[in-house]
Amino acid sequence: MELWKSIAVILVGSIFVDNFVLSKFLGCCPFLGVSKKTSSALGMSGAVTFVMTLSAAVTWPIFHYILDPFGMSYLKIIAFILIIATLVQVVEIVLKRVLPSLYASLGVYLPLITTNCAVLGVTILNIDNNYGFIESIVNAFGAGIGFSVALVMFSGVREKLETCDIPKAFRGIPSALIAASIVSLSFAGFAGLIG
Amino acid sequence: MQYKKILLNGMFNENPNLRLLLGMCPSLAVTTMAENAVGMGLATTAVLICSNAAISALRNVIPKEVRLPSYIVIVAGFVTAISLLMEAYLSTLYESLGLFLSLIVVNCIILGRAEMFASKNPVGASIVDGLGMGLGFTGSLLLISTVREIIGNLSWFGLHFAGEDASGMLFFILPAGGFFVLGLITAAINALSGYRLSKQKVGCSGCPAASACAKACEKEAV
Repeated sequence: MELWKSIAVILVGSIFVDNFVLSKFLGCCPFLGVSKKTSSALGMSGAVTFVMTLSAAVTWPIFHYILDPFGMSYLKIIAFILIIATLVQVVEIVLKRVLPSLYASLGVYLPLITTNCAVLGVTILNIDNNYGFIESIVNAFGAGIGFSVALVMFSGVREKLETCDIPKAFRGIPSALIAASIVSLSFAGFAGLIG
Repeated sequence: MQYKKILLNGMFNENPNLRLLLGMCPSLAVTTMAENAVGMGLATTAVLICSNAAISALRNVIPKEVRLPSYIVIVAGFVTAISLLMEAYLSTLYESLGLFLSLIVVNCIILGRAEMFASKNPVGASIVDGLGMGLGFTGSLLLISTVREIIGNLSWFGLHFAGEDASGMLFFILPAGGFFVLGLITAAINALSGYRLSKQKVGCSGCPAASACAKACEKEAV
């Protein structure tokens, strides 16, 4: 029962209250780069959620059973970034062979994920917050869903922006940033939802 | 003479943060206080100088096929060293930067400069490029945080200049304020530079993921 409660708290927290993009500023590059169309936003969010959950599941045992017992926890940045880079490669190869249809929709986004700070961020946060294995996976999945919600909502806003007559200086990135600010303000309303 | 040009290029013409729009995450996250912003900027500068020097020195040894993983490992090594040093000597700053210190590894400015500059130029020039880009990044963080801290908290570098019971506009300290201020600053720079930022120049060209990103966008066009 306790476990379910903490899972629910983590899930709501990572999707709404501490949304990765809009209140923690992790993964801003894809947030601004791949949000011009809703369809590409959906593909990117699927790929990010998948890799995030997977890398949380792989990095947690490696940290707690290899790095920590041997006193090498200071190596976690190097170890985690290598694990994520390898994982992305493996996922790409496996998807290509096993699920070509999924690969066709997510494949192009996978190489972008290695340098996505949200993925590295969630694995390090899991360790820093002393989450257990299940909690880590839930947190990573929730963060991925939170990223997806933000990205898809924001891409909707940007599609509308395309047709607007914006002052010359604000065209492109500046107007996208102002729009992101407004979307982020709406998420600030969730603050204080969980104590 | 040439070094001076490289240095000024990084600080102004190709300012990584405001002109090339790289490294957005830290520039939004740590800019609620000028002190943290400068700390973050200098830490990034230190990593950038070291990694540029190392990558430039190894540029003929690293095989082309595995260059990105090699760069990431080199950068991660320096980030670990810098964060251990900061934990020991600047522990308050270390606490307040927190996660974002580790995330210097995936800051696209660093990988971008490794790919664009250090892998093609001699060690001396690469060090100067790292310094210029780093200072440009620090300057832009300082600019954003100055606006946010003064309006949002009525202070600068922790120095309060308003009365005890005066409070700033909370909006500028909230995450939303970060996006807003950065949006206004990029718009101002856009206008001041006479709208010369062509589409190729902004963003993607300096980013190591550019080719993959372009592929993702092309797919949409089909």
